[in-house]
Amino acid sequence: MSSYSITEPSAKQKWIAGALVSIYALITLMPLLWIIATGFKSGADSIAYPPKIAFEPSLEGYVNLFTTQTRQTQDYMEANPPQTWYEQIVHAKGMVIAGPSRFGERFLNSTIIGFGSTFLSVFLGTLAAYAFSRYPVPLKDDLLFFILSTRMMPPIAVAIPIFLMFRAVGLSDTHAGMILLYTAVNLSLSVWLLKGFIDEIPREYEEAALIDGYTRFQAFYKVVLPQAATGIASTAIFCLIFAWNEYAFAVLLTSGTAQTAPPFIPTIIGVAGQDWPAMAAGATIFLLPVMVFTILLRRHLLRGITFGAVRK
Amino acid sequence: MVKGVIERTADMTPVAVARKIRGLSDRAIAWIFITPTIMLLLAINIFPLFWTIWLSFTNYRANRPNAEVKWIGLRNYERILTDSDIWLTMQATAHFLVWTLVLQVLIGFALAWLINRKFKGNDLWTTIIVLPMMLSPAVVGNFWTFLYQPQIGLFNYVIAFFTQSDPTSFSMIGDVDLAPWSIIIVDTWMWTPFVMLICLAGLRSIPDYIYEAAECDRATKWRQFWTITVPMVLPFLMLAVLFRGIENFKMFDLVVQLTGGGPGSTTELTSINLKREAFEKWRTGYSSAYAIILFVTVFGLASIYVKALNKVKER
Repeated sequence: MSSYSITEPSAKQKWIAGALVSIYALITLMPLLWIIATGFKSGADSIAYPPKIAFEPSLEGYVNLFTTQTRQTQDYMEANPPQTWYEQIVHAKGMVIAGPSRFGERFLNSTIIGFGSTFLSVFLGTLAAYAFSRYPVPLKDDLLFFILSTRMMPPIAVAIPIFLMFRAVGLSDTHAGMILLYTAVNLSLSVWLLKGFIDEIPREYEEAALIDGYTRFQAFYKVVLPQAATGIASTAIFCLIFAWNEYAFAVLLTSGTAQTAPPFIPTIIGVAGQDWPAMAAGATIFLLPVMVFTILLRRHLLRGITFGAVRK
Repeated sequence: MVKGVIERTADMTPVAVARKIRGLSDRAIAWIFITPTIMLLLAINIFPLFWTIWLSFTNYRANRPNAEVKWIGLRNYERILTDSDIWLTMQATAHFLVWTLVLQVLIGFALAWLINRKFKGNDLWTTIIVLPMMLSPAVVGNFWTFLYQPQIGLFNYVIAFFTQSDPTSFSMIGDVDLAPWSIIIVDTWMWTPFVMLICLAGLRSIPDYIYEAAECDRATKWRQFWTITVPMVLPFLMLAVLFRGIENFKMFDLVVQLTGGGPGSTTELTSINLKREAFEKWRTGYSSAYAIILFVTVFGLASIYVKALNKVKER
């Protein structure tokens, strides 16, 4: 087929568009690359002027991020030579490792709360979405709108009573409390997205399964669930990204045991002023999973961020 | 076992049999599936909201749980609406909202329009452009404070390089006039891709034959752009503005980490101000009223806007 079309842009147009977009993309990328690079700089290189593009890579930032250190006397330093490469880095600054930092703990909290709430919201969301998609639920549209509207509320508007509520039932600053909270926040997204995905699975499959003697329940988990697997997976990743990035509730409702990484990373400071490489290392470790997911998810991106309000 | 049951009830339709076996009607299954979701939302969203409304009529302070709670009627609302500081934060919020929306709409639409040329490698560039909006705003705000450092930051260095000035001569987050712009720039960096994606969906929804017809009528490219492209994308663009508007009205995490509301209170947006009242000054009743006022404002503006949006869609 000769594919000449008047709406097809010319080669020159394409070239100009490509050039402009790639310039914008590179400007977008620059802050991110700079942060990743700063994580691998030594303390001195990170505050060099003019900013250093070529530098000798160092893991100082990462070592500082994961350990706490104390200054020791000269005698002590001489009596206890460093055993490992990371002890050497710390030793060179006249310090010894006193123990692990709280970053690992906070990161673990992010993981527990992120995955816990993701599992719950996808589980509950799948059930509800299936019911909304397949059964004549009374007041269906109103219920669906109600579910969506819970997401429009500013976190601060409900944070005060949630704070009081959690304090009353002993859920404040616990993993369970944060998991429940993030599950509730994510449910609207999860129900709306999954309903869209399940709507697209032809009903004939289930009907065939029912005729073969499956129960409704069996038809649901043996036929519908496998068909919806991609949809469920991308919904899960969106929920995880949200729980992973959330800050307002985390900073207002947690203080110690259940605090996630976003409120913690900004508090990373060194012995003398801000330790930029350690902060950059923390940010890099924290952002990297999301960047990977974004690349994997790009096809579902639009639906995920708009609750399916815009179909691509 | 299932087979045996089917044989015994061979005269019934298979689907009816399947229903019978389980003993649960479709309706029961539907309710079992939906109830947990509704319950959780009622407990963690609706109940707290009504509690906030109740608290807003009292003088309760959460840091003094044993003090007597007095019902003070509309006094909290009265105090907020006559407080001149709150009008300043409203102004700061409006300034932030207007500029971020204008910049994001212009750049986002332009990018979508370019990407729609389908040049080589546009998938890769699009993915890169989209990255910032998936990141944690608090962490992003934090590392932009590093980029904005006058002595060592990349931002000042690049600006100074292109304008041949001294990078230490200005401080984005320390200067009263520049601080609002420091958050506008980061917000635009993060959220322009969102507007871009939605515009792209709009552009892709325009069928080619409309342009072909216009071409037959010898409409100029410029005219086609204004009479076809823009009106067809407008409903999508308005939807993007609605989402961004709501989100930016409650903007919190990014600004807390970037400027913390300062210097002075030049970047003290409403939600930051609210957090200060609620969790630093512990004026719970007062800040509940504040939260309700913000909530009603967002909902009011959003519903007026949605009406306008529906009108545009109908055309």
